[in-house]
Amino acid sequence: MITLKVNGQEHPVDADPEMPLLWALRDVLGLTGTKYGCGEALCGACTVHVDGQAMRSCVLPIRRAAGHAITTIEGLSPAGDHPLQKAWVELAVPQCGFCQVGQIMSAAALLRATPKPSDEQIDRSLAGNICRCGTYTRIRAAIRVAAGIDAPAEKAL
Amino acid sequence: MGHASRSLRFLAVAAVAAVLPTNRKAAVAADSAGLSAPAAFAGIADRSARSQALFGEVTRVLLHPRCLNCHPADDTPRQGDSAWRHDPPVARGTDDHGVPAMQCAACHQDRNLTHARVPGAPDWHLAPRSMAWMGRSAGEICAQLKDPQRNGGKTLEQIHRHTAEDALVAWGWEPGAGRTKAPGTQEEFAALVRAWIDTGAVCPPQEGAR
Repeated sequence: MITLKVNGQEHPVDADPEMPLLWALRDVLGLTGTKYGCGEALCGACTVHVDGQAMRSCVLPIRRAAGHAITTIEGLSPAGDHPLQKAWVELAVPQCGFCQVGQIMSAAALLRATPKPSDEQIDRSLAGNICRCGTYTRIRAAIRVAAGIDAPAEKAL
Repeated sequence: MGHASRSLRFLAVAAVAAVLPTNRKAAVAADSAGLSAPAAFAGIADRSARSQALFGEVTRVLLHPRCLNCHPADDTPRQGDSAWRHDPPVARGTDDHGVPAMQCAACHQDRNLTHARVPGAPDWHLAPRSMAWMGRSAGEICAQLKDPQRNGGKTLEQIHRHTAEDALVAWGWEPGAGRTKAPGTQEEFAALVRAWIDTGAVCPPQEGAR
């Protein structure tokens, strides 16, 4: 039995220690906010935080996540009002939306480490999050709004 | 129309095929022959020349893609036997472990992943810039390997221990997912380093230095 601490709550999980965290989150715990994209750590859709660091949950075995603080999109801000989430709504960032949870989780990890990132820093930190709709310019604009670099009206696209 | 145009068409098809990403694995044949044991160098009477020859054999491991790809002279690790740039695009960061949200360990686990094919070993990260090997001659690499200012403050004994026991070094011989292994074994590699140190750790001449 492995105990996973997700969004501040402890969950005993009876599963293979090699099970990727994404499977435990979605199929065992029912937290379906985190998405399955490629299953090979190449697209970023499954990004969650482990002790504040962005991790690809599709390749992270639960044996390695046990005992660490896991944060998913459901726990990023209990009321859904994280500055990034608000900026995402204000700028209507998503198109189909499938990758956006991973984008927001990567952006949140970036802003925690670098509160006022340059465009180059944004691009480097989000380089592992693919968006097939091509919303990259709005993603970058929303991160700048959430970081307080730009006011929302200036950057409405 | 005739033989000449058919040949040209064939050449055009071959040229396109040569640049297709699926063919890039075949572009370079990595050195995977076994390593010579230190005894094979016993016939070199001159101790200094023997030491240099031993280091030459050591560089067959150092310059193998499994080792070289994470010793770049810039901020981008390489992949595969042709050393193409890491995809997805990642950056060294301030501590050689990546940048926020793109840390090496965000994807690379403590062991190879069979299903996703992501390579892994404990503390996956880039070698520091001062330990870059890419584009450098054996003589240059040897000089920086011995220089405590550039080798992380290591003595020759600590370098030997690093080559013999480090888990990330060991990955070169267990790279998983059908990747070409570094030549020989880690034990044989460490024995060569031992023999090189014991013969005075002499560096090859720095010809071709730039």
